[in-house]
Amino acid sequence: MSEREVILAISGLQTEFKSRGGSVRAVRDLNFNIAAGQTLALVGESGSGKSVTSLAIMGLLPQAGYIAAGSVLYKNRRGEQLDLVNQSAAQMRQIRGAEIAMIFQEPMTSLNPLFSIGDQIGEMLLLHTDLDATARAAKVIEMLELVEIPAAASRYHDYPHELSGGMRQRVMIAMAMILKPALLIADEPTTALDVTIQAQILDLMRRLQKELNMAILFITHDMGVVAEMADEVAVMYAGEIVEQAPVQQLFMRPSHPYTQGLLKSIPGAGGITRSEDGRLQAIPGSIPMLNAMPKGCSFGPRCAGFVSGCQDSVELAVTEPLHWVRCSEIGVNAHV
Amino acid sequence: MSEAFISVKNLSKGFTTSKGVVQAVRDVSFDIPRGSITGLVGESGSGKTTLGRAMLRLIEPSAGSISFDGIDLLDLDERQMRKMRKRMQIIFQDPYSSLNPRMRVLEILSEALIAHDIGANSTERKAICISLLEEVGLAAEHINRFPHEFSGGQRQRIGIARALAVEPDFLVADESVSALDVSVQAQILNLLRDLCTKRNLTMLFIAHDLSVVEYLCDQIIVLYLGRPVEIGSAEQVYQRSAHPYTQALLSAAPIPDPSKKRSRVVLKGDIPSPYNPPSGCAFRSRCQYAIADCGTELPVAVEVANRHFSFCKRTEIII
Repeated sequence: MSEREVILAISGLQTEFKSRGGSVRAVRDLNFNIAAGQTLALVGESGSGKSVTSLAIMGLLPQAGYIAAGSVLYKNRRGEQLDLVNQSAAQMRQIRGAEIAMIFQEPMTSLNPLFSIGDQIGEMLLLHTDLDATARAAKVIEMLELVEIPAAASRYHDYPHELSGGMRQRVMIAMAMILKPALLIADEPTTALDVTIQAQILDLMRRLQKELNMAILFITHDMGVVAEMADEVAVMYAGEIVEQAPVQQLFMRPSHPYTQGLLKSIPGAGGITRSEDGRLQAIPGSIPMLNAMPKGCSFGPRCAGFVSGCQDSVELAVTEPLHWVRCSEIGVNAHV
Repeated sequence: MSEAFISVKNLSKGFTTSKGVVQAVRDVSFDIPRGSITGLVGESGSGKTTLGRAMLRLIEPSAGSISFDGIDLLDLDERQMRKMRKRMQIIFQDPYSSLNPRMRVLEILSEALIAHDIGANSTERKAICISLLEEVGLAAEHINRFPHEFSGGQRQRIGIARALAVEPDFLVADESVSALDVSVQAQILNLLRDLCTKRNLTMLFIAHDLSVVEYLCDQIIVLYLGRPVEIGSAEQVYQRSAHPYTQALLSAAPIPDPSKKRSRVVLKGDIPSPYNPPSGCAFRSRCQYAIADCGTELPVAVEVANRHFSFCKRTEIII
């Protein structure tokens, strides 16, 4: 990363869940930084641990979940370095929304159906500022205009069900942005939207990021969205980062067999290679269950380049400046 | 292209609701040649699911006709239709909710066989079930398991096996890979392609993901507010798209290549309310080429190349 100011620094983060058979590890050995104005994309399939990571940062893990090791250092507006792992519930409430905001995949389930959108956005101001009702309403309308909701003033009293999916996601973004957070965590924010609406929302997020110099942790499974949004990419598989690199490098020289397989699995656009008979190069098998993780490399059982040495534990290693890969066979099956 | 196996003519479907009548599918006509895959693409609310189900008479069409291997489906009574269903099957989007959680795989598959009188006894049916499982990439040992013991991709394979159990000629796949992770999605797409070739199946593949449709389909129909806007071969629609909506849809899809800078047609606003669609061409409210004329009458199909149709008055200006 450049000399930009680092807002969030995660090191050695390990998240576990209590279950009947003992603790299972959802995320391990997680390290990354995000700087102001930058976007880090966390990519992975269901069960890879990307959403658990975002919940751990926000202190919103479900009851059975806990952080077993590591730190989440956040630099707040006053320039103080806070470890979010050690903050009290009250302190986290001050940080959430005001300093770090979050938007989710499904705007319909994250908005309260019983309150107007204006009231819901205004609630953020009620909780975190001293503004009176008139000033709050004015600010909300200003925000609705900023996220390009047409006829913003007349929409203030609308309820979520009166809006389309794209409009609801704009409302979520307005709510997340109204306190000008330094860090936005976006968990699959466009997955439920149609492509033409997705394009609008991604444009909007890029514009607001520039205006506010905001850091974004963008969680997605869509490599197309990654290519458009990210400065840096971390690919997660079964709770670990298996490859991390600046976006150009990752797409030009994907080095981990899982990243390579993921890119080859995407049909069509972008000139991604296909095998000679025109079939997609699918990755065989499926992601392991948390309570039945393979020994050593977690991708081993699905990997074409599997050798017995893959059953030993494997750490991230540098392959070129800023490019990290977790594969003990790298160099052997790199760029296959 | 060979002769039409399925021929849809002027098919319409309206739903009456408390807010008025929604025309979900409006006057759609197209042919599907035998043994080919036709893709139906569109955004939410475009009517693609309604059209797929109306073609199987799972939803009763309001008007039009469906010819299936020379038989007019809308002429059949309920009993005759039930017999026809053996020849046409559907695979759903969500492999979690489309399998009964309290039934074992054997029961799920046998149910389809029993309903259509296939297999003389349970031993014979079990043998059929095992060969079906193997055909879709599962194993005989899976036969006594429950759906929750499988991953999403495996469940979708069971859904496919159930559809194949009655040896249909025609399959409707409604967003059948949308809920799957990409690496698993690729496995299922390969499987569908292989099955179609091997069994000479005709398929209607409904999806909102353009790249998936391009990979799989011979013919593509792009729908907007219940009407086709463009019909053509995969290559024609993707490489030389003629309709402004198709062009916008293609340019909106993110490409997994950060080095590509694209000129993007960003559509303004949302798809209009189906209760009150714009007059004339339904897309004109979001179209950069729209002129006053577009609102006065329905656009007719313009053949821009061999069997490549664009439903747009302004075709000459656009291409």
